[in-house]
Amino acid sequence: MIRPPFPTCFLQWGIPMRERTSGRTVGGFRNVFLQGPAVTLLLLWMLVPLGMTLWFSFQRYNLINPMISGFAGWDNYTYLLTDPALWTAMGNTLLLVGWVLAISVIGGTLLAVLFQQEFFGRGIARLLVIAPFFVMPTVGALVWKNMLMHPVNGVFAWLSGLLGLPVIDWFSSMPLASIIIIVAWQWMPFALLILLTAIQSLDDDQVEAARMDGAGPLAIFWFITLPHLKRAISVVIMIEMIFLLTIFAEIFVTTSGGPGLASTNLAYFIYIRALLDFDVGGASAGGVIAIILANIVAIFLIRTVAKNLET
Amino acid sequence: MATLQLNNIVKDFGGTQVIKGVDLEVKDREFVVFVGPSGCGKSTLMRMIAGLESTTSGEIAIDGQRVNEVGPADRGLAMVFQSYALYPHMTVEDNMGFSLRLAKVPKAERREKVLAAARILQLEPLLDRKPRALSGGQRQRVAIGRAIVRNPSIFLFDEPLSNLDAALRVQMRIELARLHEELDATMIYVTHDQIEAMTMADKIVVLQDGVVEQIGSPMELYHHPRNRFVAGFIGSPKMNFLEVEVRGADAEGVDVALPGGDCRVPVAGDGVSAGDTLTLGIRPEHLVLDEAGPLTGRIQVIERLGGVTSLYLEHGDSEWILVADGNVAHRVHDEVRFTFDPACAHLFTADGLALAHLTRHPLADIDRKENRASSASDGR
Repeated sequence: MIRPPFPTCFLQWGIPMRERTSGRTVGGFRNVFLQGPAVTLLLLWMLVPLGMTLWFSFQRYNLINPMISGFAGWDNYTYLLTDPALWTAMGNTLLLVGWVLAISVIGGTLLAVLFQQEFFGRGIARLLVIAPFFVMPTVGALVWKNMLMHPVNGVFAWLSGLLGLPVIDWFSSMPLASIIIIVAWQWMPFALLILLTAIQSLDDDQVEAARMDGAGPLAIFWFITLPHLKRAISVVIMIEMIFLLTIFAEIFVTTSGGPGLASTNLAYFIYIRALLDFDVGGASAGGVIAIILANIVAIFLIRTVAKNLET
Repeated sequence: MATLQLNNIVKDFGGTQVIKGVDLEVKDREFVVFVGPSGCGKSTLMRMIAGLESTTSGEIAIDGQRVNEVGPADRGLAMVFQSYALYPHMTVEDNMGFSLRLAKVPKAERREKVLAAARILQLEPLLDRKPRALSGGQRQRVAIGRAIVRNPSIFLFDEPLSNLDAALRVQMRIELARLHEELDATMIYVTHDQIEAMTMADKIVVLQDGVVEQIGSPMELYHHPRNRFVAGFIGSPKMNFLEVEVRGADAEGVDVALPGGDCRVPVAGDGVSAGDTLTLGIRPEHLVLDEAGPLTGRIQVIERLGGVTSLYLEHGDSEWILVADGNVAHRVHDEVRFTFDPACAHLFTADGLALAHLTRHPLADIDRKENRASSASDGR
C-alpha cells in the first residue's frame, strides 16, 4: 500500500547540463534517456493501480450484481466511514502493528545481546534463531495453527495437559493475541539480524571504558549498547511497520478475521469487502483510506528516522 | 597515594605466552613508561594492571594488596584509551561524570567534580558538546578529564597521543607532564614513541617479546643500556653497530681494532680476551666529523633538519649514521673522515649483553623530578 517515493530524478528534466568538480557532467537529456525506461515503468507500476483504485472508489461496482453501477460520488466513503467494522479493523491494525513491533524490537534487542556473547555452537544457534524469517508466512501460520496452538493436537495443549492446566483454544479465545504471537515469531529474527550486526560495530574500547568507570552488565547495556543501537532500532521499526500494516496471510489461514471481526485488520477488511461481499467500490474506498493511513505513518517515520540517521 | 608491584606476571593466550614473567615495582607518584616495539606485550601488561585482562600467573598488588581477583572498577584505577573511547551519545559533561553517576553521586556534587576537572584541562566551554563536535586534542583532554574525575590512585595511559598530529602531540606531552605534577598521582604510560618515553618518564620499562629488557631512568637507558636491544631502541637515529676484534683487555678498558687504528673503550673487560669478536655501539650524535679521524665513509644521503644534519655514510659493507650540526656543507658522495670519544662507545658481547662502563654517567641517576628546581625544596 506504500507508494514508492516520488522519483526525484524527474526534477532534473529540462535542467541544463551542470558540471561536477570532478569534471563529470550531470543532468541534461542523456540522463533523461538513460533513466527514462526505468522511471516510466515505475510510474506506471504505481500510478495505474492507484488511479484504478481511486476510480473504483467512486463507482458503484458489485461483482455479483451488474445492475448496481454508475458514479457513486462519496457514497462509498460515507458508507465505509460510518461502518463500525472499519474502526474495529483500524484498531486491530494498530494493535497488531504496535504489539508485534514492541515484542520483536525488545525481544530482538535482548536476543542480539545474547547472541553476541561467546558460547559453544554460536554459529548454528544464530542460524536457527534467524530461520523463522525464511519460512513463508502461510506455512509458518499453518504450523502454528495445526501443530502448536491446536486445542487438541497442539504442543501447547499437550504442555498445559501435562501441567494439569486448562487447554486454551487460542484462535477462538484470543484470536488477535494468537496472530500477534505468530507474526512476532516471524519478525523477531529480522530485528535480531539487523540489531546483531549493529551490536557488532560497537567499539570494544567503549565497553571497556565503561567497565573501568564501574558499569556492570546492566549499566553497559542501558548506557552504552542501547544508545548505540538507537539508529538500527529506528530502521527496524520503519521497515517492520511497512510490512506489518499489510499483514494478511497469517490472518487468512488461521482465524479468517474472526471470530466476528476480532482479528480483522485493514487489509483483511478490504479483502472481505472485495471478495466476500463482492463490493469492489467499497473495497477501493477502503484501499484509499489504507493508502492515506500508511502515508501518514510513513511521513512520521521517515522524519524521525531521518533525524536519527543524521550524524 | 599508590604503589604498584608486579610479581612474576605471566599472560598466556591459549598456549602462547605474551607476557613471560614480569617483575616491576612502581613507587608512589612515579611516572612509569612502558616502551617497546609493537607486539611486545606492553598494552597487554597495562590491561592486566587495569583488570581488563586476567592474569595467568603471578601477583599484581596495589598498595601492597593483591588485586588479581578485583574487578577493573574497584582497583581505584583510571585508564585513558588510545581511541579515547568517549561515549558518543553523551555530552562532555556526562562523559566525564559517568563513573560518578554509576556510583550514585548526587547531581550537584557530580557537577562540581566535573567542573573541577574541566577547569584543570580548560574544558569548561565544551561541557555541553558531544564528542563528535570536538577536535582530536579536545577529545583527548575529555578522555583525560574522565580519568581525573574518578580521582584514581593510579592513572593508566594506553598510547594516548598516537592519534594526534605532531604539533599537538608535543603540546599534550607537556600538558601531561604538568598534570602529573599538579595531580601528584602515580601514572603508568604505554607508548612506542621513545621521545614520549624519554621526556615524561621517571622510569622507563623497555619490553620486548613479553620480557623486560631493562628498567631505569631515561638517562640510565641512554648512557648505560644493558644490552644491544635497549641500545638500539633508545635513541634516534639508531645507534651504529660495528663488529670489532679485541686486541687486548685489562682493568682500564678494552682495546678494539677499528679500520683506522686501535681504540680503547673504558669498559670492564672481564672475560674478554684478545681475538674475541665484540660489537661496538656508538650513537650517531657521538660521532664527530674530523679531518684526522680514524674512520672514513662516503655520504649516501644527507638529511638536513636545520639544527642538525644526519649523514648516512657507507664504508665498505658497513653503514654509519652520523649526526652533525646543521651547518655542514658536505654533499652526497663526498668522502668524510670522522672520529668519536671512546668514553661514549659501548661494547656488546656476542649474546648482546653490554660490557659495563667503568665510570657511571653523572646524569644516569638523575630522576625527572630533580629536573625541577622546586622539588628539592618541598622535600619530596
